Amino acid sequence: MISLARVGKTFKTRRGGHVQALDDVTISVGADEFVAIVGASGCGKSTLLRMVAGLVQPDIGHLTLDGKVVTQATEGTAMVFQAPTLLPWMNVERNVTFPLSLSGRDVPEARERGRALLRAAGLAGFEQRMPRELSGGMQQRVAICRGLVQKPRILLMDEPFGALDALTREEMSLALLELWQANPMAVIFVTHSISEAVLLADRVIVMSPRPGRVAEIVEVDLPRPRSFDQEASAEFHRCSKLIRDRIYGGGSRAH
Amino acid sequence: MLISTGAWTRRNLPVILSTLSLLLGWEIVCRAFGIRPFLLPTPSAIWTAVVPVWPNIAMHTAVTLRTVMLGLLASIVVSLPLAMLIASSRTVSAAIYPMLVLTQSVPKVALAPILLVALGANEFSRVIITFLVAFFPLVVSSVAGLLATPPELVELGRTCRATRVQELLRIRLPYALPFVFGGLRVAAALCVVGAVVAEFVGADSGLGYLIQTSMAFFRTPVAFGAVVILAIMGIALFQLVEITERLIVPWSSNLDNNFNEEK
Repeated sequence: MISLARVGKTFKTRRGGHVQALDDVTISVGADEFVAIVGASGCGKSTLLRMVAGLVQPDIGHLTLDGKVVTQATEGTAMVFQAPTLLPWMNVERNVTFPLSLSGRDVPEARERGRALLRAAGLAGFEQRMPRELSGGMQQRVAICRGLVQKPRILLMDEPFGALDALTREEMSLALLELWQANPMAVIFVTHSISEAVLLADRVIVMSPRPGRVAEIVEVDLPRPRSFDQEASAEFHRCSKLIRDRIYGGGSRAH
Repeated sequence: MLISTGAWTRRNLPVILSTLSLLLGWEIVCRAFGIRPFLLPTPSAIWTAVVPVWPNIAMHTAVTLRTVMLGLLASIVVSLPLAMLIASSRTVSAAIYPMLVLTQSVPKVALAPILLVALGANEFSRVIITFLVAFFPLVVSSVAGLLATPPELVELGRTCRATRVQELLRIRLPYALPFVFGGLRVAAALCVVGAVVAEFVGADSGLGYLIQTSMAFFRTPVAFGAVVILAIMGIALFQLVEITERLIVPWSSNLDNNFNEEK
C-alpha cells in the first residue's frame, strides 16, 4: 500500500551546506499494518513521515500510495504531530472536526463520530472546553481524535506521545492499540522509545543517522491484543535487544 | 465580566486620583501665577466657557466622530485584504511594501491641503486624510500576525488538504486577530489625529474647525474644551477596540491575566 523505493532526500542548510536526511530507503507498509520507526535523532525518521504525508518531496527514488506517486497530501492520510497543534480559537469538538470542515464533510454524522471518539479517548464532558483549559495529555488525545475522525486509511504519528509523562504515555499507547484494533488501518509510528515501538508495532524499522538509512527491520512476533505484561516475555527482550544493538552500532555498551 | 463596584473603584482609583490632582495643580498654578486666560485658561474657566455653548460643541463633536469612525472603517476595510495579499505572496509583498513605506514617509499633514484641493473640501477628502494617517500600523501588525502563524498549524492545514484560501482564512487570519487588534488600537488613536488635521485644513464644522475659529477670536477656553473632548474621544475609541477584542478574541494571550482573575 505505502511503498518507498530507494528514496533519498537532501536538505540545504542556511550556510549553504547540505545535510543528507535520507539515503536509499526502501520500505513498504501493508494496509492494516502497524509499523514503528525508531532511531536516534537526526536519522530522518520525521522526514520520512512528512514525505508520506506529502509535506516534503523525495529528491530521488519513488514514493507511492496504492501505486500513485505522492506529490501532496493525499485523501485518507491523517497525521498526528508531536505537539497537539490545536487551534486555540476553537473548542475541543470543533478542533476534532476541523479537517472535515475544510472539505465540507462536517456533517452531523461526522460530528457524532467526533464525539464518540472523544468519549473513547476519555474526554467526555470536555467537548465545549477550549484547548488551553486542557492538560498536555488531554490536548494530545484531542489531536489523535482529530486524526482518526477523518477515517484515515493511513495514520502517520510523529512521536505523538513524546511530550507526555511516562504514565500518560503507557495509558495512551494502550488506548491507541484499542482504537486501531477497532478500526484497522496502516499506521506509521515514529518514536525514540524502543519499548513503545515493540509494544505497539507489527514491525519495527530501525534507522541509522547521517544519512538516514534503514539499519534493520525487526518483526515483532507477539500476540495481540498486546499488554504491558508482555514486556517480560522472551520475544519482547529479543526484539528490544536487536533494536538497541542496531541503534548503538552492535556493541552492548550500556546495560 | 461582572465586576463589583468595590473592585472597580480599587482598580480605577489611581487614575482617578492622578487626574484630579492634575486638574487641581493646573488650577492652582494658573491662579497663583496670574496666567492670563487666553494663554492658559484654568479648568474651571474651560468648564464655564463650554457649558453655555454645549449644543454647538456637541454638534462639532458628532461631525468629528463621524469622520473618525468612517476613517477607521476605511482603514479596516483596506488594511485587512491588503495585509492578506502581502502575507500570501512574496511577489505582491515586494511590489506593494515599498509603496506603503513611501506613503508613510510623506508627511500626511503636508499632503492634506493638496488633497483637499484635489478632492474638494468635503467629508470624503477628510475621511481619506484620516485613513492615510491611520491605516499603516494596522497593515503592518496584520501582516506580522499572518506571518507569525506557527508553521505547525500551517502544516496541519496542508495535511488536511486545505486550499491556500482556506489556509489564509481559517488558520492564518484567526491566529493573526490579536495582532490585528494591536494595530487597531494604534489606528484608532491616529484616526482622531487625522480627522483634526483634515478639519484644520478645510472644514466648516468639527472640533478641529472649532479650535481654529475659537483661537482666531482668542476664545482659548473653548478651544481647550474641544481638546479635552478629543482626548476623551481617543480614550473611548481605545476602550471600544479593547472591548471588541474581548468579545471576538477571547483566547488571546493578552487577556489571559484578566481571564484568570475572574475565574
